[in-house]
Amino acid sequence: MRYAAKKLGWMLLTMVIVSFFAFLAFQIIPGDPTAKLLGSDATAESVAALRARLGLDQPFFTRYFDWVYHALRGDFGTSYSYLIPVSSLLAGKLGVTGLLTALAFVIITVVSIPLGLALCTYDRPWLRRLGAAVEQIIMAVPAFFTGILMTLLFGLVLRWFTPGGFVAPEADLARSVGYLFFPALSIALPRIAMTVKMLRSSVSKEMEKDYILTSYSRGNGRRATLYRHVLRNAAVPVVAFFAMTVADIVAGSIVMEQVFAVPGLGRLLLHSIANRDYPVVQAIVVILALWVVLVNGAADLLNQRLDPRLRLM
Amino acid sequence: MRRGKRLNATELTGLILTVCMVLLAVMGSIWTPYSPTAMSAAAKFAPPGWLHLFGTDQFGRDIFSRVLCGMRTTVFIALCAVAIGALAGISIGALTGYFGGWADELLMRFNDALTAFPSILLALVFIAVLGFGKYNVILALGVAFIPSFARVSRAEFARHREMTYVKSARLMGASHGRIMFRHILPNTGSVLLPALVIGFNNAVLAEAGMSYLGIGVKAPDVSLGYMLSESQSYMMTAPWYVLCTGLTIVLLILGVSLIGEGLQKRGRA
Repeated sequence: MRYAAKKLGWMLLTMVIVSFFAFLAFQIIPGDPTAKLLGSDATAESVAALRARLGLDQPFFTRYFDWVYHALRGDFGTSYSYLIPVSSLLAGKLGVTGLLTALAFVIITVVSIPLGLALCTYDRPWLRRLGAAVEQIIMAVPAFFTGILMTLLFGLVLRWFTPGGFVAPEADLARSVGYLFFPALSIALPRIAMTVKMLRSSVSKEMEKDYILTSYSRGNGRRATLYRHVLRNAAVPVVAFFAMTVADIVAGSIVMEQVFAVPGLGRLLLHSIANRDYPVVQAIVVILALWVVLVNGAADLLNQRLDPRLRLM
Repeated sequence: MRRGKRLNATELTGLILTVCMVLLAVMGSIWTPYSPTAMSAAAKFAPPGWLHLFGTDQFGRDIFSRVLCGMRTTVFIALCAVAIGALAGISIGALTGYFGGWADELLMRFNDALTAFPSILLALVFIAVLGFGKYNVILALGVAFIPSFARVSRAEFARHREMTYVKSARLMGASHGRIMFRHILPNTGSVLLPALVIGFNNAVLAEAGMSYLGIGVKAPDVSLGYMLSESQSYMMTAPWYVLCTGLTIVLLILGVSLIGEGLQKRGRA
């Protein structure tokens, strides 16, 4: 319990630091957002009025605490380029990116864990070499190139889906998932190779330990040893790796949304960066940070249940 | 690291592939078969052939020449970004790992939080602050890579600090700086070298991704990522455009990652 409390404390501190830097970063950029909002024929009075309305005339820390205070209530201010609340801008996009992330994660888990286990159970030198070669090649293909190839093959040649014809999940969940399957698969492919590689190296590291010999000497076969003893121990780095994977999927989905023209968080982020719409960028950064921190925290807690030694740290 | 000087098969394949790609990239900065910007209305979407090795694009520009130039840009950006990230990251990691104390604890907690973020996300934030362009991409990627290098080198320096050879060097009166850089640093090669190689690959991927998204390298500079995004609109009319550009990235990354894999194997052995 003390471990969980400590962990929670660190997670909170991390969020405070991240939010502070996310806020600071966009304060030190040269250029006044009001200039862009009002155009070139702005008078000094209208600039001052807008600055007051946006709260830009307040001292830095006042503005930071104000921003955090409102952000905690789900209010991230007003978008500079859309002139509507950031929260309502985000509301529709979060679901799309969330769905894409979830799909990619499911594909990675469903494929890589059984595949990795099968490769560990049926361990042959030629298979190991082949596996390593295939892993290297798959990992060398950038996810967005896979995505482009998929739109070419499944979208334009085979016509299994219409590139650019994304259906919102609210409108038709099944068709939405059907469309998102291809970007999710493109994100998943290199991660599957990485996870299988990771699982195999984690298992083979465990197999060198003394307790394996003990288990063999008691008459257990390779399979029994693997499933009864090794997997639990080998799972710890894999769980941590999965937490990293979740963070990477989110980053991957930013690029993949562009490849498949999916109107999600990533596209909004890019648009906001290009248009210097900082309230939106700040909000997305903080939301993604919260997501990464939560996933990592959950992975740490899970690992602590798997390996009690970690509780002492 | 010193064990077994001979290259293993993985390293050899990777090395050959990488040397070929780097030579092509170097060639791209000295000589290209055509000017990468020369347009030709007559040769629009010419398929690959002896005249144009990779065919031509929508303006009749020679794709092979453009790929060479793009590779040069990509390799240059990746090398600079890794240099920045490694120099700053390893220095921070060396200092905090070697001296320890509360500054180490604090910095590493902060670092843990940063390394949890995918570096392309960090780079995106920096780009949002800095603006677009080649040098901003280098800076953004370089800064985004600092945390991971700091983390790896910190762990190594903290591990070596407790070893007897460091203590004996101390007893002989070696200064901290000398111990850190003359004694410990060469011994961390088996861990830092693969990290550098993987970092280079991540930089290539991130640069290509950012230029693909249109927030990286800008128009007069040619970049593989930017070419990919362009080629996507002509996938049906000119499939060679997207394939040649994409496969170049794949080969570049594959070669380097094979070297990294071989180095890691060597470190483990």
